[in-house]
Amino acid sequence: MKKALKIVVLAKQVPDTRNVGKDAITPEGTVNRAALPAIFNPEDLNALELALRLKEQREGSKVYILSMGPQRAADIIREAMFRGADGGYLLSDRKFAGSDTLATSYALSCALRKIEADIIFAGRQAIDGDTAQVGPQVAQTLGLPQVTYAEEILHVEDSSIVVRRRLERGVEVVETPLPAVLTVNYSAPAVRPQNARLIMKYKHSMTSSEMRANEHSLSANLASARDYLQIVEWSASDIECDETQLGLAGSPTKVKDVQAVVFQSKESKRLTSSDEDVKELMVELMASHTLG
Amino acid sequence: MANFFLDNKDLQYHLEHPLMRKIVELKERDFSEKNLYDTAPHNFEDAMDTFRRVMSLVGELCVDVIAPNAEGVDKEGPRVVDDRVEYASGTVANMKAVNAAGLNGITLPRRFGGLNFPLICFVMANEMVARADTSFENIWGLQDCAETLNEFASEEQKEKYLPWVCQGATCAMSLTEPDAGSDLGAAMLKASWSEERQCWLLNGVKRFITNGDAEVSLVLARTEEGTADARGLSMFVYDKRSGGMKVRRIENKLGIKGSPTCELVFTDAPAELVGDRRMGLIKYVMSLMNAARLGIGAQSVGLCEAAYREALKYAHERKQFGRDIIKFPAVSQMLTEMRAKLHGTRALLYETSRFVEVYKQYAHISRERSLEGEERQEMKYYNRLADVYTPLVKLLSSEFANELAYDSVQIHGGSGYMKDFACERLYRDARVLNIYEGTSQLQVVAAINGVTKGVFMDSIARYEAMEYAESMQTVKERLISLRERVEAMVAHVESVCKESTQFRDFHARRLVESVGYIIITHLLAKQAAYSEVYGSDAKVFLKMAEQYIAGAEAVILSSSAEDVALWSEVQEEF
Repeated sequence: MKKALKIVVLAKQVPDTRNVGKDAITPEGTVNRAALPAIFNPEDLNALELALRLKEQREGSKVYILSMGPQRAADIIREAMFRGADGGYLLSDRKFAGSDTLATSYALSCALRKIEADIIFAGRQAIDGDTAQVGPQVAQTLGLPQVTYAEEILHVEDSSIVVRRRLERGVEVVETPLPAVLTVNYSAPAVRPQNARLIMKYKHSMTSSEMRANEHSLSANLASARDYLQIVEWSASDIECDETQLGLAGSPTKVKDVQAVVFQSKESKRLTSSDEDVKELMVELMASHTLG
Repeated sequence: MANFFLDNKDLQYHLEHPLMRKIVELKERDFSEKNLYDTAPHNFEDAMDTFRRVMSLVGELCVDVIAPNAEGVDKEGPRVVDDRVEYASGTVANMKAVNAAGLNGITLPRRFGGLNFPLICFVMANEMVARADTSFENIWGLQDCAETLNEFASEEQKEKYLPWVCQGATCAMSLTEPDAGSDLGAAMLKASWSEERQCWLLNGVKRFITNGDAEVSLVLARTEEGTADARGLSMFVYDKRSGGMKVRRIENKLGIKGSPTCELVFTDAPAELVGDRRMGLIKYVMSLMNAARLGIGAQSVGLCEAAYREALKYAHERKQFGRDIIKFPAVSQMLTEMRAKLHGTRALLYETSRFVEVYKQYAHISRERSLEGEERQEMKYYNRLADVYTPLVKLLSSEFANELAYDSVQIHGGSGYMKDFACERLYRDARVLNIYEGTSQLQVVAAINGVTKGVFMDSIARYEAMEYAESMQTVKERLISLRERVEAMVAHVESVCKESTQFRDFHARRLVESVGYIIITHLLAKQAAYSEVYGSDAKVFLKMAEQYIAGAEAVILSSSAEDVALWSEVQEEF
């Protein structure tokens, strides 16, 4: 009997920066979160898919989401459960507010020590910050090996794993002892759809704060009676951490200035489909090395 | 994100219909499973919340997976390799996605792994899938065959087949044969009991079988040697894993090219008898066909939705004479009528689904306990309505789907005749809708008694007795006058019928469609209380109803028994 694995996927709720309207940026140059729908960070979904595939290879294995964010970030934990995850942990506390990647990875690492995962997956980067730092920093903080650009789990043993990485000029197959941190990007398989039966099973799941805020609601009653509907919610005091390393205080990154860049077209040229115009365009593109 | 449920207010309106409360309470037996299954709803609102979520999941898959694959599926199509069907690669991807999303066994009970959703939700999902790819609806929608097993099969058979379907096993209805199409009673595929193998063995040929190489097939076969009519036919369930069935060929069709239409050869193929011998066609297949006809209704409405949207989009994009073509009266009038037909036929589809649903639920409950007097009355009432509304919706929705596809191509002009736009595929796909699962002509035969024996007229009387929005008073008055004119037409037909019984057959379609136009206008006018769009649709539909009925009236009232000979003359021509 092979060992069942405890798999954790780090996930972030992000504003959907892929479908940006004209009011996506405030006049002050910050992201207008109200104008953008909050979604599951896309590459975290690829990470979730790899985690779910690993779970299917190992009977009894479980997949949990770990996310840090405001209460509404519980939505992505539920979404992950609709896709096959078994549960989740939400780190939610004002003390986490204003965290840069270092403070975020510190808080996540403290939670992960408590969870005792066998393997940790994370998306390469979030579409709001695009830093790609949190996954590697978690590995560093916990002293775990890390495999970036993981694309497929080729083989898994109780204490090691063989992973294929997608690199710019080819693929690389590596073996690493467990526990380990794997970061994943779009090269991994797309996430499976939500599942109707899992939606029905897990739609009432809630964090303890949500249960308090919706006291006597059907969902709150069910969540308190059924363990599998409880999303674990941890504050700073739950994760045995040094509070000076959290939030703004623990974030050495300071934003010095934000510039709102507005693209303005300087000149435009109108070309017809005549042979001369096409020829002229080709000459121009070749001269600028855009073509050829 | 685009979503075929969230972008469709009309669909959402029908999900929220007031009768849903009764339907859900019946289906859930007053929520008796809430503590038995972790997926069961606890009350009506809980159930509705689930339906909205799952419908929106279907809507998302349609946009993300099924619709983008449609063009490739149409081009590639399925093929036969070593006597088995291989689906087009896009179809395979679609199946993988719907299975991963758990969209199987939608209406089946939880104890078999089903979602236990009302039929309405299944119809809705079918509609969305058909809008994305008409041909994929055929394959996916056939899961409905399992409902017939749920209704008539033994407990042992249910336990064997229903969980499998809930996990994604595909289904087929193997009914048609080379010499038994509309006349299924002539089916000759033979079923004989083998003493040696202690099972029934099927031998013979089936033709035009949609998704014929399915994992689970319901097969109509002749068990009674020496018979030649419907009374010698029984229904079997065939498990493909048992062997003995080969796909000889698949048809090269005009449309729905992604759906494999198979010729099947059964050679000593073992199968299980469902229910009683000799009841195959008379009882089980009739029930199966009624469900399938509602399925075609959903498929047709889905196609109407696609055709309307394609046309509307193009009419906004295409400029001629310096204007978007939608600004031209000839184009905007076509689009206006398309929208009225789309919303109208959908209103009829869900009205019918609700009738079928209530009736079917009482039928299921009656097998668990005896019904109370009032419940029995209700079951009878909805059964009568379901019996005549089902052929009516199959008839009108499939004809409208053809009209909308035709108009969609027309609005696209020359471009619509090319392979570059989806309307060309829709035009081809639509053409089978009024042919299979009973041609329009056969739907008229099934519905005409509803006109002459009063079921439709009673139904219209109930619509007339309802409260209408202030803005719909004129519509209502004109509908009453139309109904009176149709009654006069019926009276004329019935009186001439006393001299010549065929007279009714020659006018049946005119009568059934006239009634259909009136009913649809009523449904739209009733909906006008919720949205002004429906008020406009009702006014437009009323004009079409008046035009249609005036024409029908002119033909019927000017006809006499002598015309029967006139319309029969061609029978002697070669």
